[in-house]
Amino acid sequence: MNYTLQFGQVIDRLPYLAGGAWLSLLLATLAFFGGMIIGVFGAMAKLFGGRILAGIANIYVVFFTNTPALVQVYFLYFALPSFGIILPPFEAVLIGLTLNSGAYLTEIQRAGFLSIHRNEVEAAETIGLSQMQSVWYVIVPHIVRTLYPSLSNQYILITLGTSMAAIFGVEELTGRALSLNAETFRSIEIFVITAGLYIAITLVANVLLVFLGRYYFRARMRLF
Amino acid sequence: MDFLGIENLKARYGEHVVLNDISMTVEKGEIVSLIGPSGSGKSSLLRALVGLLPVESGEVRLNGEIINYRDKQAVKRLRDRLAIVFQQYNLFQNMDVLRNVMLAPMKVKGWPREECEREATALLEKVGLGAKLHVYPDQLSGGQQQRVALARALALRPEILLLDEVTSALDPELVNEVLDSIRLLASEGMTMIIVSHEMAFVREVSSRVSMMAAGSIVEIGTPDEIFQNPKHERARDFVGKILHR
Amino acid sequence: MHSIFGQLPRFLSYYNLEFILQAALTTLLLSISGCVFGFIFGFGIAVLRETTGPLWLPLRAAAVLFVEIFRRIPFLVTLFLVFYACQALNLDISVFAVAVASTCIIGAAFLSEVVRTGFDAIPSQEREAAAAMNFTLAQTLFLIVIPQAWRVILPPTFAFFLSFIKDSALASQLGVVELTYSAKVMNNKGFSPVLGFGAALILYFAISYPLARFGLYLEQRLGFSRYRKP
Ligand SMILES: Nc1ncnc2c1ncn2[C@@H]1O[C@H](COP(=O)(O)OP(=O)(O)OP(=O)(O)O)[C@@H](O)[C@H]1O
Ligand SMILES: [Mg+2]
Repeated sequence: MNYTLQFGQVIDRLPYLAGGAWLSLLLATLAFFGGMIIGVFGAMAKLFGGRILAGIANIYVVFFTNTPALVQVYFLYFALPSFGIILPPFEAVLIGLTLNSGAYLTEIQRAGFLSIHRNEVEAAETIGLSQMQSVWYVIVPHIVRTLYPSLSNQYILITLGTSMAAIFGVEELTGRALSLNAETFRSIEIFVITAGLYIAITLVANVLLVFLGRYYFRARMRLF
Repeated sequence: MDFLGIENLKARYGEHVVLNDISMTVEKGEIVSLIGPSGSGKSSLLRALVGLLPVESGEVRLNGEIINYRDKQAVKRLRDRLAIVFQQYNLFQNMDVLRNVMLAPMKVKGWPREECEREATALLEKVGLGAKLHVYPDQLSGGQQQRVALARALALRPEILLLDEVTSALDPELVNEVLDSIRLLASEGMTMIIVSHEMAFVREVSSRVSMMAAGSIVEIGTPDEIFQNPKHERARDFVGKILHR
Repeated sequence: MHSIFGQLPRFLSYYNLEFILQAALTTLLLSISGCVFGFIFGFGIAVLRETTGPLWLPLRAAAVLFVEIFRRIPFLVTLFLVFYACQALNLDISVFAVAVASTCIIGAAFLSEVVRTGFDAIPSQEREAAAAMNFTLAQTLFLIVIPQAWRVILPPTFAFFLSFIKDSALASQLGVVELTYSAKVMNNKGFSPVLGFGAALILYFAISYPLARFGLYLEQRLGFSRYRKP
């Protein structure tokens, strides 16, 4: 073994890497909320959309959950220009990740709707709530509470998934790690620090999500 | 010397003290019943005795040997001689009744298979389940499951049997099946600590009754002393309630 | 558009098809071996986390640390870490082996949690009964917990296997000749990206979809347990 670890050079560039981590979180957050919106419509379509809409939503989900996000983005980035649509790297990755997470979030939200029991709705109506009120005060909180743990889990997974943006030259955390690697060749040090930053951001996100979930949505979650 | 001695036993769940300064003794062949309101710590005492609930301070002696619950080997030796039947059925759901009963003797005690099977069959017959050897726990009624649990505990040939409200989860009609099995054991001289809400039964079989409240033993004495002439306010109160139900 | 269809016959040559299918096989092999080894290690980690007492504490802590670290690192970064670590240690192993090792690492981290959840699904009273009867941890796990928990463990393990098939696409970045890599090769050969990446998408789908259906079937089958919980 003739490799000696030298972290100095990499530590000096920590702010640069941290800036990348910020972009990773931004990308993840945009993809997550975009996916949530798709997911609401997807779940509605699958549950109440009739044969045609439900069929379309189903094809979308089945296709996007059974192929790799990386290849989906490759297709958007390299193949769409053949049809006259040219996407810059960041947009291609964002659209790919959003469509991908939309498919998973459709399934998660559908499960949430399905977890509502008929008698809960009836109970809400018997205590005199109007239909709108029972939706807003009973059904929505119920869905949020039951879905919250899997949604926050999905958010963490999406954050990890954003690292593939590096392959398209997006300067998020992994992208900046690769640039730094080409510049300094302190590969191990760079990727150890990068890994540490991913651990840090997902851990912070996790802690925040669990506290938010416990105190705001009364969701049952464990941190470890 | 007492067979089982408990002295100043203390245990807690977090901040909540569930056993506070418990002292009592059990002689060989004696049947001591624990009674008291819900949440008074009866189950906790049994769990502490078998080392499932960590003991904070105090002492337990079995046949003169002081049991140190922090010493795994000592707890092992202790569990070799005590057996507990839980309030819930706690049977292993993945095996039939016979295997439930013979598993521990075979795997833990290392006794020969044929002997274990013979003894398990005999025990199950004794509790009236000779026809159910190859049935799974979820196909049995509550009373039947409870009796399997009793047979499972007995198969370990314990010197002391701890029974935790073995009838509380049962229909009134099923209660007698289980109580009959316990009566039989009592007549054979088994040492037992019994938690029960069946006061008539407690009066009938117990040599002594120990009345618990809020984690402490309020009063301990013969069934007649406790039921007819309780000395303490708290005990009078409890006995008054249960006798006039 | 026209050129895409024009290229199709040339794209579907025997040589190309063999290359792409070979790559698809590599994808499958990579995910299967990563998942199998990952499960074995993950299982070991889950068992370690069940131990009690100070003797096992260091190993228990190491297990927790391993899981908490590798569940929070993107697979791509894990791939680079393993790759450069092997390089620094002068280990002469193939990129395929690096990819298998990486899958194995994340597999161990995620699947240990699956196994642990499975263990937790068995009523604690059964385990207490076993403890009170002096069963050892190994006896409790193998005689009582696992015979019941495998039904809970199997479906999510299978789901992770499916996700490893998709994650393995990232191994193309190290030069592992798997399905995604083959698409890039086709692209570089001058074929339309629609054909190259389209073929990859279709093949991923062809591998993953039937397995996903099987996973669903598995879940439903195992859901109807003979062992009802009281
Ligand atoms: N796992 C636990 N965690 C925290 N507190 C507990 C736990 N189990 C029991 N307790 C508390 O300990 C106290 C004693 O409980 P225990 O089960 O020993 O009562 P008990 O006398 O057996 O009551 P019951 O007649 O209802 O079975 C109760 O106040 C209970 O709330
Ligand atoms: Mg109790």
